[in-house]
Amino acid sequence: MTEIVSIIANILVILFLLAGAFFIVSAAVGVVRFPDLYTRLHASSKASTLGVSCILVAGFIYLYSAHAIVSGKMLLAILFIMLTNPVSAHMLGRAAHASGIKPFTKNRSDAYADAMKNQRMKSE
Amino acid sequence: MTAMLEITEQLVTISAVIALAAIAAAILMVLYRLLKGPTQPDRAVALDLVAINMMGVAAILAVMLGTQHLNDVVLLIGILAFLGTLAIAKYLERGVIIDRDR
Repeated sequence: MTEIVSIIANILVILFLLAGAFFIVSAAVGVVRFPDLYTRLHASSKASTLGVSCILVAGFIYLYSAHAIVSGKMLLAILFIMLTNPVSAHMLGRAAHASGIKPFTKNRSDAYADAMKNQRMKSE
Repeated sequence: MTAMLEITEQLVTISAVIALAAIAAAILMVLYRLLKGPTQPDRAVALDLVAINMMGVAAILAVMLGTQHLNDVVLLIGILAFLGTLAIAKYLERGVIIDRDR
Protein backbone atom coordinates (compact mmCIF):
# COMPACT_ATOMS: atom_id res chain seq x y z
CA MET A 1 0.00 0.00 0.00
CA THR A 2 2.75 2.42 0.89
CA GLU A 3 4.58 1.44 -2.28
CA ILE A 4 1.62 2.62 -4.36
CA VAL A 5 1.67 5.95 -2.50
CA SER A 6 5.43 6.26 -3.10
CA ILE A 7 4.99 5.51 -6.81
CA ILE A 8 2.26 8.13 -7.14
CA ALA A 9 4.40 10.66 -5.28
CA ASN A 10 7.37 9.94 -7.54
CA ILE A 11 5.21 10.39 -10.65
CA LEU A 12 3.97 13.72 -9.27
CA VAL A 13 7.58 14.78 -8.62
CA ILE A 14 8.56 13.91 -12.21
CA LEU A 15 5.59 15.83 -13.65
CA PHE A 16 6.23 18.92 -11.54
CA LEU A 17 9.98 18.91 -12.30
CA LEU A 18 9.45 18.65 -16.06
CA ALA A 19 6.67 21.28 -16.03
CA GLY A 20 8.89 23.67 -14.07
CA ALA A 21 11.80 23.13 -16.47
CA PHE A 22 9.50 23.78 -19.44
CA PHE A 23 8.18 27.03 -18.00
CA ILE A 24 11.65 28.28 -17.04
CA VAL A 25 12.99 27.55 -20.53
CA SER A 26 9.99 29.29 -22.11
CA ALA A 27 10.61 32.34 -19.88
CA ALA A 28 14.23 32.46 -21.07
CA VAL A 29 13.17 32.11 -24.70
CA GLY A 30 10.70 34.96 -24.18
CA VAL A 31 13.37 37.19 -22.65
CA VAL A 32 15.68 36.54 -25.60
CA ARG A 33 13.13 36.73 -28.41
CA PHE A 34 10.61 39.44 -27.47
CA PRO A 35 11.18 42.80 -29.14
CA ASP A 36 10.59 45.20 -26.27
CA LEU A 37 11.37 45.72 -22.60
CA TYR A 38 7.75 45.51 -21.47
CA THR A 39 7.05 42.29 -23.32
CA ARG A 40 10.29 40.84 -21.95
CA LEU A 41 9.13 41.79 -18.47
CA HIS A 42 5.83 40.03 -19.16
CA ALA A 43 7.64 36.81 -20.10
CA SER A 44 10.16 37.00 -17.28
CA SER A 45 7.84 37.73 -14.36
CA LYS A 46 4.91 35.39 -14.99
CA ALA A 47 6.48 32.33 -16.61
CA SER A 48 9.46 32.17 -14.26
CA THR A 49 7.19 32.52 -11.21
CA LEU A 50 5.16 29.52 -12.37
CA GLY A 51 8.25 27.49 -13.26
CA VAL A 52 10.09 28.00 -9.99
CA SER A 53 6.86 27.38 -8.04
CA CYS A 54 6.44 24.03 -9.84
CA ILE A 55 10.02 23.04 -9.02
CA LEU A 56 9.59 23.98 -5.35
CA VAL A 57 6.37 21.94 -5.15
CA ALA A 58 8.29 18.99 -6.63
CA GLY A 59 10.99 19.40 -4.00
CA PHE A 60 8.41 19.53 -1.21
CA ILE A 61 6.67 16.34 -2.38
CA TYR A 62 9.98 14.51 -2.86
CA LEU A 63 11.35 15.44 0.55
CA TYR A 64 8.08 14.38 2.17
CA SER A 65 7.69 11.05 0.37
CA ALA A 66 11.28 9.82 0.20
CA HIS A 67 12.85 11.28 3.32
CA ALA A 68 9.82 12.04 5.57
CA ILE A 69 10.85 15.67 5.88
CA VAL A 70 8.07 18.25 6.01
CA SER A 71 9.90 21.36 4.89
CA GLY A 72 7.74 24.40 5.43
CA LYS A 73 10.48 26.58 4.02
CA MET A 74 9.75 25.31 0.50
CA LEU A 75 6.11 26.39 0.83
CA LEU A 76 7.28 29.66 2.39
CA ALA A 77 9.58 30.17 -0.61
CA ILE A 78 6.60 29.66 -2.97
CA LEU A 79 4.56 32.23 -1.03
CA PHE A 80 7.53 34.60 -0.99
CA ILE A 81 8.21 34.36 -4.72
CA MET A 82 4.52 34.84 -5.51
CA LEU A 83 4.51 37.98 -3.34
CA THR A 84 7.78 39.56 -4.44
CA ASN A 85 8.13 38.75 -8.12
CA PRO A 86 5.19 40.92 -9.30
CA VAL A 87 6.40 43.74 -7.06
CA SER A 88 9.88 43.73 -8.55
CA ALA A 89 8.48 43.46 -12.08
CA HIS A 90 6.21 46.44 -11.39
CA MET A 91 9.13 48.48 -10.02
CA LEU A 92 11.27 47.65 -13.06
CA GLY A 93 8.49 48.56 -15.47
CA ARG A 94 7.85 51.86 -13.73
CA ALA A 95 11.56 52.67 -13.68
CA ALA A 96 11.83 51.89 -17.39
CA HIS A 97 8.85 54.10 -18.14
CA ALA A 98 10.27 56.93 -16.04
CA SER A 99 13.61 56.68 -17.83
CA GLY A 100 11.87 57.18 -21.14
CA ILE A 101 11.74 53.80 -22.85
CA LYS A 102 8.91 53.65 -25.36
CA PRO A 103 6.85 50.54 -26.20
CA PHE A 104 7.65 49.16 -29.63
CA THR A 105 4.15 49.70 -31.02
CA LYS A 106 4.02 53.05 -32.74
CA ASN A 107 0.32 53.74 -33.13
CA ARG A 108 -1.06 53.17 -29.65
CA SER A 109 -1.24 55.93 -27.08
CA ASP A 110 0.65 55.76 -23.78
CA ALA A 111 -2.14 55.47 -21.20
CA TYR A 112 0.18 55.59 -18.20
CA ALA A 113 1.81 58.83 -19.34
CA ASP A 114 -1.64 60.37 -19.93
CA ALA A 115 -2.80 59.34 -16.46
CA MET A 116 0.34 60.79 -14.88
CA LYS A 117 -0.19 64.05 -16.79
CA ASN A 118 -3.83 64.28 -15.65
CA GLN A 119 -2.84 63.63 -12.04
CA ARG A 120 -0.14 66.30 -12.19
CA MET A 121 -2.58 68.84 -13.67
CA LYS A 122 -5.15 67.99 -11.00
CA SER A 123 -2.67 68.42 -8.17
CA GLU A 124 -1.47 71.82 -9.40
CA MET B 1 5.42 -3.48 -7.51
CA THR B 2 8.86 -3.02 -5.96
CA ALA B 3 10.42 -3.05 -9.43
CA MET B 4 8.05 -0.28 -10.47
CA LEU B 5 9.04 1.74 -7.39
CA GLU B 6 12.70 1.42 -8.34
CA ILE B 7 11.91 2.47 -11.91
CA THR B 8 10.12 5.60 -10.73
CA GLU B 9 12.95 6.47 -8.36
CA GLN B 10 15.43 6.25 -11.24
CA LEU B 11 13.06 8.38 -13.34
CA VAL B 12 13.03 11.01 -10.58
CA THR B 13 16.83 11.19 -10.72
CA ILE B 14 16.83 11.37 -14.54
CA SER B 15 14.18 14.10 -14.61
CA ALA B 16 16.09 16.09 -11.97
CA VAL B 17 19.15 15.99 -14.23
CA ILE B 18 16.99 17.01 -17.21
CA ALA B 19 15.53 19.95 -15.27
CA LEU B 20 19.01 21.02 -14.14
CA ALA B 21 20.24 20.97 -17.76
CA ALA B 22 17.16 22.95 -18.86
CA ILE B 23 17.78 25.60 -16.21
CA ALA B 24 21.44 25.81 -17.26
CA ALA B 25 20.37 26.37 -20.86
CA ALA B 26 17.86 29.01 -19.67
CA ILE B 27 20.56 30.85 -17.71
CA LEU B 28 22.82 30.80 -20.77
CA MET B 29 20.05 32.27 -22.94
CA VAL B 30 19.35 34.96 -20.35
CA LEU B 31 23.08 35.78 -20.14
CA TYR B 32 22.94 36.64 -23.85
CA ARG B 33 20.29 39.25 -23.07
CA LEU B 34 22.29 40.40 -20.04
CA LEU B 35 25.36 41.08 -22.17
CA LYS B 36 23.63 42.45 -25.27
CA GLY B 37 20.51 44.17 -23.89
CA PRO B 38 20.11 47.59 -25.52
CA THR B 39 19.17 49.53 -22.40
CA GLN B 40 19.93 49.31 -18.69
CA PRO B 41 16.43 48.08 -17.59
CA ASP B 42 16.79 45.16 -20.02
CA ARG B 43 19.90 44.09 -18.14
CA ALA B 44 18.05 44.50 -14.85
CA VAL B 45 15.26 42.18 -16.05
CA ALA B 46 17.82 39.59 -17.18
CA LEU B 47 19.68 39.76 -13.85
CA ASP B 48 16.42 39.27 -11.94
CA LEU B 49 15.62 36.21 -14.07
CA VAL B 50 19.10 34.74 -13.46
CA ALA B 51 18.59 35.06 -9.70
CA ILE B 52 15.15 33.40 -9.88
CA ASN B 53 16.61 30.55 -11.92
CA MET B 54 19.25 30.10 -9.23
CA MET B 55 16.42 29.50 -6.75
CA GLY B 56 15.26 26.67 -9.00
CA VAL B 57 18.81 25.27 -9.16
CA ALA B 58 19.00 25.16 -5.36
CA ALA B 59 15.61 23.40 -5.14
CA ILE B 60 16.66 20.76 -7.72
CA LEU B 61 19.91 20.19 -5.84
CA ALA B 62 17.83 19.63 -2.69
CA VAL B 63 15.91 16.94 -4.61
CA MET B 64 19.07 15.31 -5.99
CA LEU B 65 20.96 15.29 -2.69
CA GLY B 66 17.94 14.57 -0.49
CA THR B 67 18.78 17.13 2.18
CA GLN B 68 16.72 19.80 3.85
CA HIS B 69 19.66 22.14 4.41
CA LEU B 70 19.29 23.80 1.02
CA ASN B 71 15.88 25.29 1.84
CA ASP B 72 17.54 28.18 3.65
CA VAL B 73 19.60 28.77 0.50
CA VAL B 74 16.42 29.00 -1.59
CA LEU B 75 14.87 31.57 0.75
CA LEU B 76 18.09 33.59 1.03
CA ILE B 77 18.62 33.78 -2.74
CA GLY B 78 15.00 34.91 -3.13
CA ILE B 79 15.29 37.67 -0.54
CA LEU B 80 18.62 38.95 -1.91
CA ALA B 81 17.28 38.92 -5.49
CA PHE B 82 14.19 40.89 -4.45
CA LEU B 83 16.18 43.53 -2.56
CA GLY B 84 18.74 43.84 -5.34
CA THR B 85 16.10 44.25 -8.02
CA LEU B 86 14.29 46.85 -5.92
CA ALA B 87 17.51 48.83 -5.42
CA ILE B 88 18.36 48.67 -9.14
CA ALA B 89 14.83 49.79 -10.05
CA LYS B 90 14.96 52.78 -7.68
CA TYR B 91 18.39 53.72 -9.00
CA LEU B 92 17.18 53.57 -12.60
CA GLU B 93 14.09 55.60 -11.80
CA ARG B 94 15.57 58.55 -9.94
CA GLY B 95 19.33 58.14 -9.67
CA VAL B 96 19.21 57.81 -5.89
CA ILE B 97 18.40 54.71 -3.85
CA ILE B 98 17.59 56.17 -0.43
CA ASP B 99 15.74 59.47 -0.46
CA ARG B 100 13.84 61.39 2.19
CA ASP B 101 10.89 62.90 0.40
CA ARG B 102 7.54 62.36 2.04
